[in-house]
Amino acid sequence: MITLTVNGARRTFDGDPTMPLLWFLRDELALTGTKYGCGVAQCGSCTVHVAGKPVRSCQALMSELQDATVTTIEGLHPTGEHPLQVAWREIDVPQCGFCQPGQIMQAAGLLQRKPKPTDEDIDAAMNGHICRCGTYPRIRAAIKAAAEKSP
Amino acid sequence: MSANEFLPWVRRAVAPHAPADEPTSLDATRDSTDQPQDLQRRTLIQLLGLGGLVIAFGAGGVRRLEAAELAAGTAANPWSPHVYVRVADDGIVTIVCHRSEMGQGIRTTMPMIIADEMEADWARCRVEQAVGDPKYGSQNTDGSTSIRDFLQKYREAGATTRTLLEAAAAREWNVDAADVFARQHEVVHRPTGRTKSFGALVETARTVAMPAPESVRIKRPEERRWQGKRMPSIDLVPMTTGTAVYGADLTLPGMKFAAIARPPVWGGKAMAVDDTEARKVPGVERIVRIPETPIPGAFLPLGGVAVIARNTWAAFRGRDALKITWDAGPNGSHDSKTYQAALETSIRAPGKPGRTNGDVAAALAAAQRKVSAEYHIPYLSHAQMEPMAAIARVRDGKVEAWAPTQSPNDARNTIADYLKVDKASVTVNVTLLGGAFGRKSKPDFICEAAYLARETGAPVRVQWSREDDLRHSYYHSVAAHRFEAALDDAGKVTAWLHRSAYPSISATFAPNLAGPTPDELTNGASDVPWDVPNMSVEVCPAVAHARIGWYRSVNAIHHGFAIGSFVDELAHAAGKDTAAFLLELIGPDRKVDLSKAGLVDSGETYYGAPWAEQPLDTARARRVVESVQQRSGWDTPLPRGRGRGIAVHRSFLSYVAMVVEVEVKPDGTVLVPRATVAVDAGFVANPDRVKAQMEGALIMGMSNTLYSGITFAEGKVEQSNYDDYRVARMRASPHVVDVHVVESEGSPGGIGEPGVPPAGAAIANAIFAATGVRVRELPVGRQLEGWETRAGDKGRAVAG
Repeated sequence: MITLTVNGARRTFDGDPTMPLLWFLRDELALTGTKYGCGVAQCGSCTVHVAGKPVRSCQALMSELQDATVTTIEGLHPTGEHPLQVAWREIDVPQCGFCQPGQIMQAAGLLQRKPKPTDEDIDAAMNGHICRCGTYPRIRAAIKAAAEKSP
Repeated sequence: MSANEFLPWVRRAVAPHAPADEPTSLDATRDSTDQPQDLQRRTLIQLLGLGGLVIAFGAGGVRRLEAAELAAGTAANPWSPHVYVRVADDGIVTIVCHRSEMGQGIRTTMPMIIADEMEADWARCRVEQAVGDPKYGSQNTDGSTSIRDFLQKYREAGATTRTLLEAAAAREWNVDAADVFARQHEVVHRPTGRTKSFGALVETARTVAMPAPESVRIKRPEERRWQGKRMPSIDLVPMTTGTAVYGADLTLPGMKFAAIARPPVWGGKAMAVDDTEARKVPGVERIVRIPETPIPGAFLPLGGVAVIARNTWAAFRGRDALKITWDAGPNGSHDSKTYQAALETSIRAPGKPGRTNGDVAAALAAAQRKVSAEYHIPYLSHAQMEPMAAIARVRDGKVEAWAPTQSPNDARNTIADYLKVDKASVTVNVTLLGGAFGRKSKPDFICEAAYLARETGAPVRVQWSREDDLRHSYYHSVAAHRFEAALDDAGKVTAWLHRSAYPSISATFAPNLAGPTPDELTNGASDVPWDVPNMSVEVCPAVAHARIGWYRSVNAIHHGFAIGSFVDELAHAAGKDTAAFLLELIGPDRKVDLSKAGLVDSGETYYGAPWAEQPLDTARARRVVESVQQRSGWDTPLPRGRGRGIAVHRSFLSYVAMVVEVEVKPDGTVLVPRATVAVDAGFVANPDRVKAQMEGALIMGMSNTLYSGITFAEGKVEQSNYDDYRVARMRASPHVVDVHVVESEGSPGGIGEPGVPPAGAAIANAIFAATGVRVRELPVGRQLEGWETRAGDKGRAVAG
């Protein structure tokens, strides 16, 4: 039995210990904001925070998550108004929207680490994410807009 | 049924509006008790049977559902409305979006146009997603058609609703209708200033006389509130908080999870299945054979072996543990290297002409200067971020599906054919699409879910892995192109011979095709805006050995890359600046009825309308070229290793020019720091979404040109995931994309696709400018490694 905290709530899991966190979130907890895109840490769609840091949930096995603290896009901000979420909407970043929760979670990790990121910081942090709609220029702009608003 | 009915830019010409071939079910008030919870709000509101003012738009024009019909829940006459608008007694306006949302913004732009014409308050409008039903007309969201085909109809539906509400107010106040006008959800009596809300007018609006269609006034440009201005997407909050619902985001009570092992070769078959290990995987419940569909197979599933499990992970693990002996079938020797050589042989002999002007052979023979070049473009896969996923349930002979589909009606019809049930018993609900680009027009994955739901008796969600997606796509055609051109002493093009060979999309629907037909050239090759006296545009044979389908801009991907690259080669051969050369090639402003310009066997219609109604307007091509030339700083020099490329292309009735600037690193890595785009798509309803489509098309063009390629060996796809099917990422992507949207009141052209074709050529031409290396085979990949020491070796076009 594995016990962990997801978006502030205690959760338990006693299934296949090789199951990645991604499928626990999606299939067991119905937290479907975390997306499956590749399964091999190539696209970033499944990014969540574990202990406050961005992690590809397709690679984090349940067996390794005893007592872990997990935050998903649903738990990033109680009313969905994290500065990044606001900036994403102001700049109309999403097209299809599918990859955006992962992108926002990654960007949130970046801003925690580097509140005023440079273009190079953004490229380095975000290059592991794929958006086939091609929203990269707007993602870059939204991260900068959010950073400018933060103190 | 003609095979080319399935060419996205052709087929609406064949059957633009499927007739309502069955009684339209207007009493479909759904049982709500066990719908997937997240989707209830999208599917439950039934606009009929709830009263209010209901406006429908069909082939016969706009009509209002009469009170008796609403009460009975049935329409008096069979008709085929495309759009529903309902104003409830509380004033809430509900608009049914009959098209699928896949990032282009139609769920916002379509209702926004209607609401604008209605003078509705946007905050009091709701959008419902339509299920697949012929009563909505063509729901097939491809071919860049939603605004192109429906702008006028949306406007008429909105304006008719407004007119009825105004007439209702005039009657209630007993005043002249000329003295009232609608303004933001109320009608105002101009002389007295009194007002009445839309909701309060609904009852009267249901009984006033329907206005004659010619008396319904569409807003003048200066009266428009939102059309032509930025309107943010209605889905922004769900999309940024993780609550937006895509194909795999719904759960039905008792639902099972399925993963499928499909034949690795198109037309292959499982000969022996050992599922011993698969059954040992915790959570695996059942193994189900899905019969293989003989090729070509059209929209039907490939078949294979399904693992049914208690969760997705177990299904994936179980599937991976299957030991299957496959018979490869007739395509088991398909190999990309030998196939490329076959295409090369094919384009070196004359093909079937799609356009003939003057005498190309004589002009080439007489020419002082000839230039020729050949280009190769690999198979591509859509690789949209959301792998295929669909949910189905079969109960009491009724099939319900929930899926991210571009074409719910095709899905419905295909499921009915596949399961041999009446299509009236099939319901297809549309979720958001996590990217689609043409892949999700094909309902094979939804049929899989429906089949497994019937076989297991439980609701089933089928989940494709990324590997499944790349290995079982409907691939964009591999293609080869050959050009021969003649230049006169002034450097003007006097002859243009263009041959191409590629397996046709039609081969997915009709067996034993020898190759494409000349009408496929009308997707951006035989309809080029050039002023050249001697032209021959030909298609050459190519047999399909893989499942071919349409991918964003379709043949225009390889047409645009090859044509735009060759123009740059010609300009260099002529010693001219490419932008100036392009303008010369476009020639004097003229409108050309292409059907009278030498086209051969190119079909009766063009993008769904008679040729004469869709003339080529070369002034529009000229203006977009001039726009990017001026805005990009085209004439300012760049250091070695950096360069600009230009290209213009017209497809889906829109004109797009791009100047792309690249930076090529010493190791051959290509960055695209900035790009300038000009698009003339006629009237543009939501310019920010048009800009977004151009940004996205450019970046998809980067993927197509720099990174992506599907190759086959022994009939199997060699790529598996984003590590070997590479696509554009943040670091290489532009910091600045300056998009100029031409302001126009002209007929709308397409937007989703036309940005892709010029992007590839503009990038390749920029690479040439930066490095002297001419790219004639895609993707660029590692071709530029060490470019600094070998610049110039490929810098000239092949001598004739």
